[in-house]
Amino acid sequence: MLASYTTNGGFDEMVDVKSDVRSHYRKLRRLFEDLTPGEFEAKRQAIDTAFLRQGITFNVYGDKQGAEKIFPFDLLPRIIPAAEWEFLERGLAQRITALNLFLHDIYHEQKILKDKVIPEFYVLSARHFRREFVNFEVPRGIYIHVCGTDLIRDKDGQYLVLEDNGRCPSGVSYVLENRRAMKRAFSGMFEGVGVRPVENYPQELLKCLKHIAPPGVADPTVVLLTPGAYNSAYFEHTYLARQMGIEIVEGRDLLVRNGRVSMRTTKGLQPVHVIYRRIDDDFLDPTVFRRDSMLGVPGLVQAYRNGNVSLANSIGTGIADDKVMYYFVPRMIKYYLDQEPILPNVPTYLASEEKDKKYILEHLPELVVKAANESGGYGMLMGPKASKDEIEMFRQKVIAEPRNYIAQPMIYLSQHPTYCDGNFEGRHVDLRPFILSGERISIIPGGLTRVALRKGSLVVNSSQGGGSKDTWVLYGDE
Amino acid sequence: MLSRVAHSLYWMARYIERAENIARIVDVNLQLLLDIRNLDEKRLIEYWLPIVQATGDEQAFFKLHPDATGHAVTEFLVFQPENTNSIFQCICQARENARMVRDQITLELWEELNRIYLFIRSPQAREVWRRSSSEFFQEIKSASLHLIGIVNATMVHDEGWWFVQAGQLLERADKTTRILDVRYQTLPEKGVPTIINPNDALEWTAVLRSCSAWDAYKSIYGADVHPRFVAEFLLFDDNFPRSVRFSVNGLNKALRSISGVSDGHFCNDSEKLTGRFLAELQFSTVDEIFEIGLHRYLDEAQSKLNNIGEALFRAYISQPFQSPNEEHMVQQEEQQQQLAASH
Repeated sequence: MLASYTTNGGFDEMVDVKSDVRSHYRKLRRLFEDLTPGEFEAKRQAIDTAFLRQGITFNVYGDKQGAEKIFPFDLLPRIIPAAEWEFLERGLAQRITALNLFLHDIYHEQKILKDKVIPEFYVLSARHFRREFVNFEVPRGIYIHVCGTDLIRDKDGQYLVLEDNGRCPSGVSYVLENRRAMKRAFSGMFEGVGVRPVENYPQELLKCLKHIAPPGVADPTVVLLTPGAYNSAYFEHTYLARQMGIEIVEGRDLLVRNGRVSMRTTKGLQPVHVIYRRIDDDFLDPTVFRRDSMLGVPGLVQAYRNGNVSLANSIGTGIADDKVMYYFVPRMIKYYLDQEPILPNVPTYLASEEKDKKYILEHLPELVVKAANESGGYGMLMGPKASKDEIEMFRQKVIAEPRNYIAQPMIYLSQHPTYCDGNFEGRHVDLRPFILSGERISIIPGGLTRVALRKGSLVVNSSQGGGSKDTWVLYGDE
Repeated sequence: MLSRVAHSLYWMARYIERAENIARIVDVNLQLLLDIRNLDEKRLIEYWLPIVQATGDEQAFFKLHPDATGHAVTEFLVFQPENTNSIFQCICQARENARMVRDQITLELWEELNRIYLFIRSPQAREVWRRSSSEFFQEIKSASLHLIGIVNATMVHDEGWWFVQAGQLLERADKTTRILDVRYQTLPEKGVPTIINPNDALEWTAVLRSCSAWDAYKSIYGADVHPRFVAEFLLFDDNFPRSVRFSVNGLNKALRSISGVSDGHFCNDSEKLTGRFLAELQFSTVDEIFEIGLHRYLDEAQSKLNNIGEALFRAYISQPFQSPNEEHMVQQEEQQQQLAASH
């Protein structure tokens, strides 16, 4: 079925410019060649049905009917050869190390600001900078325990970092479930190709979480704090809790007494030591952050300050998600590690720098403009695809609030053959690896490959017509 | 176990059991109608109204429908989303509760519950219903039985499982009393009826069949259907798994397994009330009950079951939810009053 696939310009993951299959995709292509369209379609439907039956779905916000959708899954896996992955791993480890050092620094001595490597203004004006936590010692000095870093590839196939998600990145359950689905549908394939497993992610995560337990607790109770069943990532929360064998709790299940956190059980209160929280800082504790939060636990922040409970990720990591801070990550790497960044950023313009702002305003129709603190593809202008009105609207926004905007050239993400109405066609993809920092840094081989299913679309978010693929990191290079 | 989790497991089980019971009631009565001749509209309403009354949702019904016609009643009990106890809603709520504790239940349980949920929400459900209502009810009943089997065969029989048992048995006892009560209007207020006409006999057979009890009944009492025996069987039989005594006995065991308190003692109201009710079921005769009046007795039994449910909620679910702030607030308020009084 794949034999007739050709590239349509741009960088293609499977074929080169002459439409020859890259060496690490050859085995896969042979396996898919043996498949008739009927067999393929049957497998595709079986997987979709299985996802729906298992409730591997996400909730659609604002849908009163309680609609749940499956995250569309494309059967053709994305493949990364060993050497390439090793390179990515080094780059990602370098980046998370620098980010954790940066967070520690700005919440303590602020050396990087004093040395004027990053202008002080940007950090102090960041929405997610938590002044209250300056000089607070986070357990084991780790701020970001779980990071999802989005990678894309440009027209030459060079990997670029698009953004870091250092708060509550989601998507890892799809990595695990996609793999399970692929194994069921194509059981014979894995042996021949040599794919690195992803299954031990939950164990690694649990190890990380136990690593930060308050000192003196021999057998810590770890829980996952979810906003509740109506959250779009609820499936993932229950999935991870189950895989780790820990309780999944809502804010109302927890209680703080005398600066200690307990959960309410049928046998009374039981102490909790580590919370893998999947709610943002803002909702964590109504006595400290948003007062109207119904999801949080009153007194939790105090218990955290007292060192009686540990949180992952730590409070205040949101500043690393700020797209203005992103601009400075290469400088952080240089400053803290004295190394050149292995994975470069996408070239970025800061609207609050006069020279950059001028450039941005003059080149709006060519640029992608992003709000510094939005994610999920919201609050964004795609210059080349936008109408005049939209461009004007963003011009006003940038002028009004320059601190809140950055701009980047349009990057035509790499493409990957994807099943579309009976044929394989090129669709744009990105990659979100998940990086864990505990006693050591560990990265799940591969990560979540998201694919923009609409023809020509560059938006891979599930809320906007994105799907996903299984990601295979090979033991070898072909 | 988290209180919230216990609560969800308990309600998941109750709703599954409820869906199955409603399916049996409607199914049996639709089939029975095929055997009754000369049904005019008035007679039909007399036939269907008690079925709505049996579910305890009469008020909700008349808000939505002017008359208890066959169509209105079946629609109300099967698909109507506005009826929180329709089969449709029972399955949705069972599934919603399961979803809240997705990490605590087995994959097999979740998949089956999700399957029946997807079925009842699909256009296919209506199609099956139109083609053959009994095929539709068969689907619901076997899903429920399948779920009970999965619970027993795949879940660890620990505290959570006992909460599932408690929910299921409490619901079952309640529904059996309600089904038994459907034909009370054909009975004298007090005492055992002496003459039973053939139509009544058919309707009492329907009562038995609504409880999946027809075969079991025949094996003990023969084919002679008399309300006295039907009541005796559905209330007091020791071994029939849907009788009230059997269900309450199981409920008692479940509650004691949760708390670890042995028979003859109790540590909370739900145990106390269950123990008392069980003793009453063990040491009563059906003739005494007909002396009080079957309808009145069943009414009281339903209140007792309700009280047990509420006591269970207080003992395990709501009480630990009282936050210290509330206690603190109450304390402060009390202190304020004392101060005011002393001045």
